Amino acid sequence: MNKETPLTLLDKPNSYVGRTLSRDSAKRAVAGRGRYTDDIMPARTLHAAFVRSPYGHAKILSIDVEAAKQQQGVALVMTGAELAEMCTGPWVGTLVCFDGMKSEPQHPMAVDRACWQGEPVVMVVANSRAEAEDAAELVTVGYEELPVVIDKETALDKDSPVIHPNLGDNLAFEKTIETGDVEKAVSEADIVIEDTFTFGRHTAVSLEPRALLAEYDPGTERLTIHTSSQCPHMIQAVFARTLGVPEHNVRIVAPDVGGSFGLKIHTFGDEIAATAAAIKLARPVKFIADRLESFATDIHARENRVKGRIAVTKEGIITSVDIDVRSGAGAYSQYPRTSVFEANQILNITGGPYAHENYRASTQVVYLNKVPTSQYRAVGHPIGNTVGESLVDQAAAACGIDPMEFRRRNVMRDDSYPRVSAAGIEMRDLSHQKCLETLVERMGYDALLEEQAEYRKKGIQRGIGIAAFIKGTAPGPAGYYGAGGAPISSQDSCTIKLEPSGGVICMVGVTDQGQGVDTVMGQIAAATLGVPMESVRVIEGDTDAVPYGGGTYASRATAIGGEATYQAAMLLRAEILEIAGVLLQAEPDTLDILDGHVVDKGDTASRISLAEIGRIGHFQVAELPNHIQHTLSATYRFRLKDALYIFTNGIQGAYVEVDTDTGFIKLLNHWVIEDCGRVINPQLADEQVRGGCVQGLGGALYEECVYDSAGQLQNATLADYLVPMAGEMPDIEVAHIQTHTGVSELGAKGVGESGTGAAPAVVMNAVNDAIRPFGGKVTAQPMSPETILKALGKV
Amino acid sequence: MKAPKFNYIKAETRQQALELLDQLGEEGRILAGGQSLMPTLNMRLSQPGTLIDINKVSGLGGITLEGNVVRIGAMTRHVEVANSPIIAEHLPLIAEAMQHVAHHAVRNRGTIGGSIALADPAAEMPACVLALGATLVVESVKGRREIAAEDYFKGLYETAREANELLVEILIPVEKLGDVSVFLELAQRHGDFAMAGLACVARVSNKTFEDLRLVYFGSEDKPTLGTGAIAAVVGRTWSADCKEAAANALANDLDPMTNLQGSAAMKLHLQKVLTGRALDAAIERAGAA
Repeated sequence: MNKETPLTLLDKPNSYVGRTLSRDSAKRAVAGRGRYTDDIMPARTLHAAFVRSPYGHAKILSIDVEAAKQQQGVALVMTGAELAEMCTGPWVGTLVCFDGMKSEPQHPMAVDRACWQGEPVVMVVANSRAEAEDAAELVTVGYEELPVVIDKETALDKDSPVIHPNLGDNLAFEKTIETGDVEKAVSEADIVIEDTFTFGRHTAVSLEPRALLAEYDPGTERLTIHTSSQCPHMIQAVFARTLGVPEHNVRIVAPDVGGSFGLKIHTFGDEIAATAAAIKLARPVKFIADRLESFATDIHARENRVKGRIAVTKEGIITSVDIDVRSGAGAYSQYPRTSVFEANQILNITGGPYAHENYRASTQVVYLNKVPTSQYRAVGHPIGNTVGESLVDQAAAACGIDPMEFRRRNVMRDDSYPRVSAAGIEMRDLSHQKCLETLVERMGYDALLEEQAEYRKKGIQRGIGIAAFIKGTAPGPAGYYGAGGAPISSQDSCTIKLEPSGGVICMVGVTDQGQGVDTVMGQIAAATLGVPMESVRVIEGDTDAVPYGGGTYASRATAIGGEATYQAAMLLRAEILEIAGVLLQAEPDTLDILDGHVVDKGDTASRISLAEIGRIGHFQVAELPNHIQHTLSATYRFRLKDALYIFTNGIQGAYVEVDTDTGFIKLLNHWVIEDCGRVINPQLADEQVRGGCVQGLGGALYEECVYDSAGQLQNATLADYLVPMAGEMPDIEVAHIQTHTGVSELGAKGVGESGTGAAPAVVMNAVNDAIRPFGGKVTAQPMSPETILKALGKV
Repeated sequence: MKAPKFNYIKAETRQQALELLDQLGEEGRILAGGQSLMPTLNMRLSQPGTLIDINKVSGLGGITLEGNVVRIGAMTRHVEVANSPIIAEHLPLIAEAMQHVAHHAVRNRGTIGGSIALADPAAEMPACVLALGATLVVESVKGRREIAAEDYFKGLYETAREANELLVEILIPVEKLGDVSVFLELAQRHGDFAMAGLACVARVSNKTFEDLRLVYFGSEDKPTLGTGAIAAVVGRTWSADCKEAAANALANDLDPMTNLQGSAAMKLHLQKVLTGRALDAAIERAGAA
């Protein structure tokens, strides 16, 4: 822990903060008593199914819905044009923070033209999903196929078809950042390494798919939507604006959410359609994406090609890094967060752990006739880290320096903060050196090198990988959110109340998707107030109940929502102590709260219980003097002031075995040393890191949305799109260095994406270490057996 | 992802199932374990008129040893095969292969007969029955018919079973004393459809293959006997040269399919690797026996 961080009441012995407690919702989920959107079934609920474009790009010539309308159980058949009439206007997925960005206006369902296979064209609403699907089969759509743009490398060529003629070309966005003088550094360098890396398209594959239940009451004109969401307030804003319903009449409830990984911070046309149907029919309408629809409509991500170059001195000091990124978006820029943020993050973070001062990074994001892309866990980081860390490994090898030692010479020094990275990002409170030395110790690095050499003698090829990383967490209002112009809150809030019984209600804008955000908020509130966990009830995921906030994404819940909860609890604590001071005729600052009782500071004997304060404060207020007008509640909102992000850092290690005859990779061990600042719940933090790693490893080894040249998605099932399974995953050892962030009193940074961000990089470095003696090198992910065999020249 | 409408009949007797199959022809579809059929129904990839559920029909399950033949009822679940002491003792190839058949949940419902009737090119059981020289017994209202495994698998999901016939049992000669078997499979994740796989049954004497059957699956449209590879190995003392000869011969034996898992060239390469490994293992197992 940072020595300069003063001890607070969170650091008390037996504090709930820093202690492993099991998730509140785990017990219910394990017992099968979770309550997800699809479990909610109001009377007279209808179900929506969609006719989707079978083509990557096609003009819609005609739509015949008559046969479908006649089907038994069908309540409504709606075309894209009819839906557009119910909306205030099409979405345009641009943000002002992305200078020069362009995107074609997008209707919730295709109107004249479908631009990707899977785009909704017609909605059928019926008494059951099965009946809706039966009727959907009877809808006849006449299409005229149009040329598709599938390959991002040729999408900007002069002879390429243009998806949206109004835009002039297929370019969504381009940007270059440059600091120092890269060309000078390269010309003066002893060694220059260049390479090209490619990354497959992924999708989130949450266990619970997208889900929405919309109800509209024409009497009160209230729209209530239960939906599997990470950000209820953003959904409220977007749905209200798109459908022309006043925002205060829209209630969004996110019940239990079965995983999200960034997928559920977006808005989708089929969900708008189902909501429009609920308004039109004044009946509840449910839409649950099935797995096929999930693959063909959930946001995709990660499709990038990066050319990278690193310049170093022969002593192994990095002097410059430069990259060129070609990013493959989908047919439209995803509203409202856009499809260009991933490329932007690659520019922000590549080579980010190191102290070089010359950097140039450019990107072109291009439209393709594929599913729109946007944020997915650790946006851009798996790509930037893989490129940067592979170049670092190659440079170390060229210098003849051990890759760990090479990184030791180049990482930003722990005593050098605050500082600005070569990409222009403010860095503070980081610990690259401490993390690296901890990794050396945890891996048993020297012994592992010896073991590897022994195995080589036996013809067994094992590889050791290392990847240092930075991770942007908890974005502030000065950058993408806020200044970008989207209706997305970058602050978050907590309202906390003392109930007459002495119980505490803690209402937070951040949401839980199964990772335990509610438990963590409860721990912070209980520790700050000095009450038992059992007396705190955390309420999240309901715009009617909680104060306005952004929700949970970008590793922000604990860093932003946690500080709001801490500060709100501090305010309530001050109120409680003031009332206690009056009742006990003591100075409030001589009092403390311990286990639900007000005590004298340093003592444990109860002077008055919080239940008694609650009783008097709510029912017997006459016992208090007139000037005491407390509400026994407090609200606090927290946001970053100047910083773009709270950056975190860490380093991962991997140990793998490569079968050089089959190209199969066996993951043996994995280590993550990371610095998320103050750890609130060690087990939940570890689980976030492990789960994140597994998601990164899935992308590195297995996952890819494969399109053919006609724009047909080839593998929209879980039998063909391979996600990582427990059997193939290594044990993942996690350790935390806790350098508290100086931007909050709580000191917590984000942790949810740190595993994902560097796992693909470290496993690729390990694989390349294993096959280096054979002259093999892999620079494409996923690293399928065929990729490995080709790298080895065996096929 | 909801199945289209279909009729469902739970057959009470074998005779009723056969009669329904006879009446319905291509419109009828047998529902056994349902592990392949149900997903295709829900994805509307197959739209049969009537499902004939044979789960309650008696006399279609069970594993018995009858002389030198193991008789396996078609409705025997994979899990029963995997746990059978008769299989473990007399058909170790199948016991070894069972570890690669999907996952526990699928093995609990899926049946050996269903797997062989469907003839998925990546499935393990078709390769095993071909390697072991099994006989497949089918029945229709007109009577019973025995089909040698070599004549049964015709192509991609295509078999010698007629639309009105029900696969009722599998007769597999026991692995002879002194024979060894090896089952190898490459799948990226455990339980996935195989990229390449090999069922090998061998008689080895003094490091020489006296008799050998190599059946390849995963890469081909149907389980395929590696006749050239077998010829390159049988009668010769096992050596590196021999291994190379077998691998070279394989190029003529196999015609791998390119799919999402990889190219035909990669699959041929993998089958060559598996051939060398299986034969090495067979020599080793014969030596240890």
